[in-house]
Amino acid sequence: MAIRSFFLFILFFSSSLSPVFSLYEDQVGLMDWHQQYIGKVKQAVFSSQRAGRKRVVVSTEENVIASLDLRHGEIFWRHLLGADDVIDGIDIGLGKYVITLSSGGSILRSWNLPDGQMVWESSLQGPKLSKSFLLVPTNLKFDKDNVLVVFSNGRLHAISCIDGEVLWKKDFEAESFEVQQVIQPPGSDLIYVVGFAASYQFEMYQINAKNGELLKHESASFSSGFSGEVSLVSTETVVALDSTGSILLTISFQDGKISSQQTPISNLVEDSLGLAVIIPSSVSGIFAIKTDAVTVFIRVIGEGKLEVVEKTTHEIAVSDALSISEDQQAFALIQHASSEIHLTVKLAHDWDGNLLKESVKMDWQRGLVHKVFINNYIRTDRSYGFRVLIVMEDHSLLLLQQGEIVWSREDGLASIIDVTTSELPVERNGVSVAKVEHNLFEWLKGHMLKLKGTLMLASPEDMAAIQSMRLKSSEKSKMTRDHNGFRKLLIVLTRAGKLFALHTGDGRIVWSHLLRSLHKSEACQSPIGLNLYQWQVPHHHAMDENPSVLVVSRCGPSSDTPGVLSFVDTYTGKELSSLSLDHAVVQVIPLPYTDSTEQRLHLLINADKHAHLYPKTSEALSIFKREFLNIYWYSVEDQNGIIKGHALKCKCTGEVADEFCFDTRDLWSVVFPSESEKIVATVTRKLNEVVHTQAKVVADQDVMYKYISRNLLFVATVAPKGSGEIGSVTPEESWLVAYLIDTVTGRILHRVTHHGSQGPVHAVFSENWVVYHYFNLRAHRYEMSVIEIYDQSRADNKDVWKLVLGKHNLTSPISLFSRPEVITKSQSYFFTHSLKAIAVTSTAKGITSKQLLLGTIGDQVLALDKRFLDPRRTVNPTQAEKEEGIIPLTDSLPIIPQSYVTHALRVEGLRGIITVPAKLESTTLVFAHGVDLFFTQLAPSRTYDSLTEDFSYALLLITIVALVAAIFVTWRLSERKELQEKWR
Amino acid sequence: MAAVTPLLLLLLLSSAPSFSSGSRNAYNINGRVKIPQGLGLGTKGYALPGRMSNVKVLLNGGQNITFLRPDGYFSFHNIPAGTHLIEVSAIGYFFSPVRVDVSARNPGKVQAALTENRKGLSELVLEPLREEQYYEIREPFSIMSLLKSPMGLMVGFMLAVAFLMPKLVENMDPEEMRRAQEEMRSQGVPSLSSLLPGGARN
Repeated sequence: MAIRSFFLFILFFSSSLSPVFSLYEDQVGLMDWHQQYIGKVKQAVFSSQRAGRKRVVVSTEENVIASLDLRHGEIFWRHLLGADDVIDGIDIGLGKYVITLSSGGSILRSWNLPDGQMVWESSLQGPKLSKSFLLVPTNLKFDKDNVLVVFSNGRLHAISCIDGEVLWKKDFEAESFEVQQVIQPPGSDLIYVVGFAASYQFEMYQINAKNGELLKHESASFSSGFSGEVSLVSTETVVALDSTGSILLTISFQDGKISSQQTPISNLVEDSLGLAVIIPSSVSGIFAIKTDAVTVFIRVIGEGKLEVVEKTTHEIAVSDALSISEDQQAFALIQHASSEIHLTVKLAHDWDGNLLKESVKMDWQRGLVHKVFINNYIRTDRSYGFRVLIVMEDHSLLLLQQGEIVWSREDGLASIIDVTTSELPVERNGVSVAKVEHNLFEWLKGHMLKLKGTLMLASPEDMAAIQSMRLKSSEKSKMTRDHNGFRKLLIVLTRAGKLFALHTGDGRIVWSHLLRSLHKSEACQSPIGLNLYQWQVPHHHAMDENPSVLVVSRCGPSSDTPGVLSFVDTYTGKELSSLSLDHAVVQVIPLPYTDSTEQRLHLLINADKHAHLYPKTSEALSIFKREFLNIYWYSVEDQNGIIKGHALKCKCTGEVADEFCFDTRDLWSVVFPSESEKIVATVTRKLNEVVHTQAKVVADQDVMYKYISRNLLFVATVAPKGSGEIGSVTPEESWLVAYLIDTVTGRILHRVTHHGSQGPVHAVFSENWVVYHYFNLRAHRYEMSVIEIYDQSRADNKDVWKLVLGKHNLTSPISLFSRPEVITKSQSYFFTHSLKAIAVTSTAKGITSKQLLLGTIGDQVLALDKRFLDPRRTVNPTQAEKEEGIIPLTDSLPIIPQSYVTHALRVEGLRGIITVPAKLESTTLVFAHGVDLFFTQLAPSRTYDSLTEDFSYALLLITIVALVAAIFVTWRLSERKELQEKWR
Repeated sequence: MAAVTPLLLLLLLSSAPSFSSGSRNAYNINGRVKIPQGLGLGTKGYALPGRMSNVKVLLNGGQNITFLRPDGYFSFHNIPAGTHLIEVSAIGYFFSPVRVDVSARNPGKVQAALTENRKGLSELVLEPLREEQYYEIREPFSIMSLLKSPMGLMVGFMLAVAFLMPKLVENMDPEEMRRAQEEMRSQGVPSLSSLLPGGARN
């Protein structure tokens, strides 16, 4: 109790209004780390600049366009386009502009290659949707101006490379015409547009590249039709498959005349292959077809004759062609062989002559090679050298040169699906990884430097040395558990199906594991990782058992495909076991019970509303049976606007006896009228949140009781018309309704309507309050509202006399049928920015005051004290209220630049913010992820329970030394004086 | 400059009805971001050019994102008529979101207003309201701050006791002093010197 009151005392002291999170510039990197990624590379173009540093420009599936250093893989510059602005193609024009085509071919941009400044942007429209192509012909000139050829939305454009002006355009309006290829033979002024019409007609248009004039239009019909893509084998020949997938069509359109040849695949390959697909490649004369098991490379030898050059059962990847001289083209081929990959570089016209053959050891945790990009350089002996950039299954990017991996980037971390944390091993003899690197001299030197720094006597070099010393402090990156709980492992699941463990101290990857269960297999066609749960967190056996996490995934995009569970040890990264389920996983409910080995019980709900208990042990079952009647959950069907409450009924009544399967029953349902309300957000409290006290002491010694229930659900609905974008609706026909629903009884505890408001709604629920962010159409500004809910049933118990005389109602029975006596308080404020994410700090005991963490549209994270969102704020608070810490009411929430948690950094593409309590009560750990990762420690009420990082130990030492010296001096003085006195 | 221009004839010419109906009432919003103090923006650009290329302009909370040209101009294409919100994201500057009305009835007419202070804009030129300083400024070393710290106070008090107290004692009347000393001796209160090592020897 003494400690508690001490804390409260300190909290009271620290409740000044100055921004709590504030950082000196030299403290950057002490507590926080920031990592930049780009995502899985879709396309890479090598810059051919002779001078300066070698670069490669890449576009990725995260809609990033970036310029990377080819020597080290660092990012020179990077731009993240909008979520709908998917990149269709990139190229380099005139050697100094990066050209990007995006948004389904409707936006063309040019960027300055050295610094990434956008040069121009043009919008390309057209009559209908189509494939889009971006060509940058090297020799096509138009008044000394290089020309870009873009086909998009059914229209062919020629665009100036200098300013983005459209020089000419030509529509392809024929209803059924589907473009397949746009070809610009080098050295000619012609453009060929080829495609299919009505799925059985081959069409060829020949166009003058100078003015867009249509020179020739030929068509030929093929009764067997077409399927899939076409492959271009020369500038005037394409290869396609017929609709049955068994006959190859070689179509040439030399001199504007279409001629064709049909070759059944069975003529080329003896054994039947099943359905084949063409792998598009740009290597002239060669194309590949792939079936389930085999990949076949086929060469075209004039006049449509085909010849098989290689047949392989290995997983392969082929690069595009690279012209190395006037008439020679090279390409790279990568084959997998157990723990190695074989890289071969071949000439297009000579399959058997390898220019290069290398084997590289590859960590199997990276999976298969998905993409290859080839580039050449001239060695000192004037021969050609080749380097290849490969994209792996785990989305990482590697550069191979001379049989070695020059650099690698873990770009899978750009697409994190879920995050959880794990403790590190307890320190014991032999386990500690820390090194004793300090000898006494270095220790002294370090402290002398620090002393100099404190006394402002340090030179700039000394300052730099101090800074690097602080950053390198081995304490924070040790591999053992620390006293304050700052060191943890962040376990992240990426879209590629890979698990990473990141150390919170410096963000390094401790281990990574490509989940076997998320590997494509026959049973599981396209596995997708869904969620991470803490499966086993040993406390009693912390010394000899390792914690583990549960990864829930499913075999396909729809929710009724069977699920897969895998269990991964968080210390070693080993997959302990994996289970292929025979049922789907719609909902996972971690139950608050653990068995004797501290495995947490989980309930998995399938598509037929059966509940399955995991782990499947008899002990778990007996624990579960005991709590059978206390388990409730809810489900949200946002398509139909229904929220339902469920409970367990009995054992499954299926044909197969399964004692871990249970039938469920619906308890209640809330149906929102579909014509006026549409669910846009549902939020509950975090399961592991700790609340310190239910009582809240308000001004004049009064007490309010927070209504703290784990079963509260916040639901926001908007008018169906207003569920679109901002500006698509008028204030009169848009509204937002906020509900607080008890998920056990289905009772609506509170309902409030905001007229003239619309989504998107971002909300966070903690203790007894919910804060939500939405758009106010009348003011045309964003607003944030807070609802606090208080329990009134115990309000009378404040009188001590009643308690003494036994007239309290603490023992009165609580029934679900009686309406809970609650009151709510709410208030709204304007907020400047759009939000992408919202979170709240959480601490070990819940004593420290809370801060909201707002992920703004500018990809920054702003910390906002909860006291700014206190519904008891008034314009003129009384003296008592001021003492309590109530801030005078203002119409908008302040944005204090010093309270940006991310300070001058951006967490590009921010998607989520996760807070984890440290063991030290004052501190919370914050992890923000998007394309970038950012981690920091926050102390919402300052670090009242520990010394701050910049605490000056030197000053303390000096003080002690000075005091001791003074004692001795005065003692001497007094002794001398006494002696003199005696002589007198 | 006219901020809103209807997309020209070429869209209306298109024949496929599904596509043209969508673009018939599509407009462009053109504007300019101006950052004062000659940072980048058409001037010499030696002053932090990186800042300019990292400025983003966002429409309706990220529905469309565009970037600035070297001269600070930006444009959004194919925007339906209605009321929109434009935000500028630039590290180091605070921009107010801007409300932009795109009118279907009289195309070419622009109405823009800063939402923070409701100031109308005659043309769509966005300037930061203020600069943002993300770091605390470290106060230079001063004797006062050293003295004000708890340790400084301790030393100060110690010095005051050590050097001012004897002065006070000296100024006392010798008679009174002797009486006080005798009183102390009779009560047997140990003096500081007797507590210290070597103090007991006398």
